[in-house]
Amino acid sequence: MNFEFSSDQMLLKDQARKFLESEESVKKAREVLEGEQTYDESLWRSVIEMGWTATTIPEEFDGLGLGYLELCVIAEELGRSLAPTPFSSSVYLATEALISLGSNEQKQSYLPRLATGEIIGTLAHTESTSSPSVENLTCELNGNKLNGTKIAVTDGDIANFAVVSAKEGEKAVLCLVDLSTKGVEITSQNTLDPSRSHASINFKDAEADILGADVDGWIALQEILDRAAVLFAFEQLGGAEACMNMAKEYAMGRFAFGRPIASFQAIKHKIADMYIAVELARSNCYFGAWALSTDAPELPTAAATSRVSASKAFHECSKENIQTHGGMGFTWEFDCHLYYRRCRQLAANIGSQAVWKNKLISSLERANQI
Amino acid sequence: MDFNDTTEEAKFRKEVGDWLSANATLKEDEESGSYPGMGEDDALSLAKKWAAKLYDSGWACLHWPSEYGGRGSTPIERVIWGQEASKYRIPGGFFEIGQGMAGPVLMMYATEEQKKRYLPPMAKGEEIWCQLFSEPGAGSDLAGLKTKSVLEGDTWTINGQKIWTSGAHYSDYGILVTRSDASAQKHKGLTYFFLDMKSPGVEVRPIKQISGGANFNEVYFTDVKIPDEQRLGSVGDGWKVALTTLMNERLAVGDASGPDFQEAFNLACGHDLNGDLAIKDGSVRDKLADWYCQSSGLKYTKYRNISALSRGETPGPQASITKIVSGNKLQEIANFGMDIMDAAGIVRPESADAEQNMYQMGFFGAAGIRIAGGTDEILRNIISEQVLGLPQDMRADKGIPFNEIPSSNK
Ligand SMILES: Cc1cc2nc3c(=O)[nH]c(=O)nc-3n(C[C@H](O)[C@H](O)[C@H](O)COP(=O)(O)OP(=O)(O)OC[C@H]3O[C@@H](n4cnc5c(N)ncnc54)[C@H](O)[C@@H]3O)c2cc1C
Repeated sequence: MNFEFSSDQMLLKDQARKFLESEESVKKAREVLEGEQTYDESLWRSVIEMGWTATTIPEEFDGLGLGYLELCVIAEELGRSLAPTPFSSSVYLATEALISLGSNEQKQSYLPRLATGEIIGTLAHTESTSSPSVENLTCELNGNKLNGTKIAVTDGDIANFAVVSAKEGEKAVLCLVDLSTKGVEITSQNTLDPSRSHASINFKDAEADILGADVDGWIALQEILDRAAVLFAFEQLGGAEACMNMAKEYAMGRFAFGRPIASFQAIKHKIADMYIAVELARSNCYFGAWALSTDAPELPTAAATSRVSASKAFHECSKENIQTHGGMGFTWEFDCHLYYRRCRQLAANIGSQAVWKNKLISSLERANQI
Repeated sequence: MDFNDTTEEAKFRKEVGDWLSANATLKEDEESGSYPGMGEDDALSLAKKWAAKLYDSGWACLHWPSEYGGRGSTPIERVIWGQEASKYRIPGGFFEIGQGMAGPVLMMYATEEQKKRYLPPMAKGEEIWCQLFSEPGAGSDLAGLKTKSVLEGDTWTINGQKIWTSGAHYSDYGILVTRSDASAQKHKGLTYFFLDMKSPGVEVRPIKQISGGANFNEVYFTDVKIPDEQRLGSVGDGWKVALTTLMNERLAVGDASGPDFQEAFNLACGHDLNGDLAIKDGSVRDKLADWYCQSSGLKYTKYRNISALSRGETPGPQASITKIVSGNKLQEIANFGMDIMDAAGIVRPESADAEQNMYQMGFFGAAGIRIAGGTDEILRNIISEQVLGLPQDMRADKGIPFNEIPSSNK
């Protein structure tokens, strides 16, 4: 047994951190937030050049064929630096969906281009303010025609194609849709975190290609979400730790009553609590990373555990970071709100905390029945 | 990263598992996971028997060198032992202070002869040790202690009072911090000893606790003699030795013992709430999920610390988070458990093995865990200062001779 990343993986992580710092990723996130562009193209190009989009794609499809542990350390750094790119949608969701469900033909057609960043993918699942279920899905697949509307699709206005959940008769299915195809109408949506782009997508008899023809689409989607949850959790972990460090640094430098505010216990204990939340999340994420990388039977439990504790840690740290900064924390100028926003965005985009807590307990119910 | 065993680890795990299954009872074969209601005498004799069995079979104090009664195991082997042992109902609660705190301090500061004399019986559970640190005026502020030690020839004379000494009434030996120089600054005038609890002049008086039991005591010292050989560390260097002890205490503290996620989960699967099984209730699931994440986070944090230990790093005060998180979790789970049992949850059961008892004991126990061995607040100070590097609290006692510092009694 060994509960740490290898020294090679730690080196990769270190390189990723330095690279994203030199790219001024956080500053770019602010520019995307404030500007008109939907993501930072130069950062995205650099990320592609680093080979990160190809990390887990098998070599036969022009990928690097590396493991998920490598992807996890990259995710942590992307989260720490708020990277304003479609990485999570394209890599954790679309690429992973194709790797696990794609026919050989689909893989041939998509994976090499995903590896080189020539195309970007995403997942289109949300339809309303109710959490999605097999019962309430309204997008419909008839033959190869898709009808219906998805909303709050992260990177929906950037992606070239989407993995879309829909009903085919009574059962849920997943399908691939080229977003430039006839019958697809994309409308950008303003969200709380404009450093990541979102869109609603309307499908009118749009041509769709079924993904995972012989599987239950709903179960397949849950499996994709489980795997993605570990990677999202690493992004959240990176964000949480960044907030803790920001709070710490600010508290050391800010004086009140003739002393650094970091010497007030209310502040010290707040930051100690951030540390506790981050450590618990990190430890759960490591187990999640291992379960993901080995496809362990514990994966559903481990993924939900990583997700729930990383969401909680980021929430704690991003809000208490603002509190530690006082009035400065409430200004547009300081970066606190960038993390506060990203925290909410990440907490929402593959299902809410309540959904994941319920998944966690359900997976434990199944484990206890065996 | 690999959460699976290597071939050697698997072999070791099997060896552990085989031994445990032949010698202990699985928790799932029993009504409850511990012995919450057993009287102290019975629990002690059971624990002693168990400790002797471990010792005789070579499973005592795994990480200690074998010449002192241990097994010389690697940190990972300790993890494996812990994982396997957690499935069994194992008597305990008497040897932690000795094996977890006094032992490591003796190992660092005692003479070879003393180590050979005291460590093996400690490992075997034959001799029990207690920790005589806290005083009425010195708990969190331990260095504020006043119990006085005076050297004459080769013998020290001790006068003063300790308090909250767990197990003093059944202990054979104790580790003791005293003030040997009241005119020095607070942390500079302390000296550390071990002593025989049967020494003349040692008087142990039980203190009744909130649960009604009396596991801790006041200990009075009246002209108690300790030979200078039993000093650990130099004269005036007691604070350093005390810190070593406390660091080991934080490593030794496991999770708060009592009902945890699995017990709460089982309870919710077996009780009705709002006309359906409690486990179906959203608020119940929400809480259970939080506790699961905390338990699992602590478990893997401990493993990560062990990995650091295997790499030769000294585990830092990071271990402090275990007690904060598990103590508070226990308090919540205990309340939850009784809540699930509705109005009947507070009725004291006839049998100590009844489900209620575990939660009722946790209800009291958790309140003590959050104080003993460093309060939640002190541990947060330690994390913020020693792990995160934040400034120390402003202190009113810095640079002042000890006997001029304001105190509660002045
Ligand atoms: C069940 C139990 C078993 C024990 N067993 C032993 C034993 O075997 N041997 C032994 O030596 N001792 C033992 N203790 C004593 C224990 O170590 C002390 O009770 C503990 O360190 C707190 O000290 P105190 O009781 O003097 O409380 P105080 O130090 O007076 O603390 C009271 C409150 O003030 C807070 N406080 C104090 N200082 C600070 C600060 N700097 N910043 C913020 N808050 C602060 C505390 O957190 C606490 O909430 C035991 C205690 C318990 C409850």
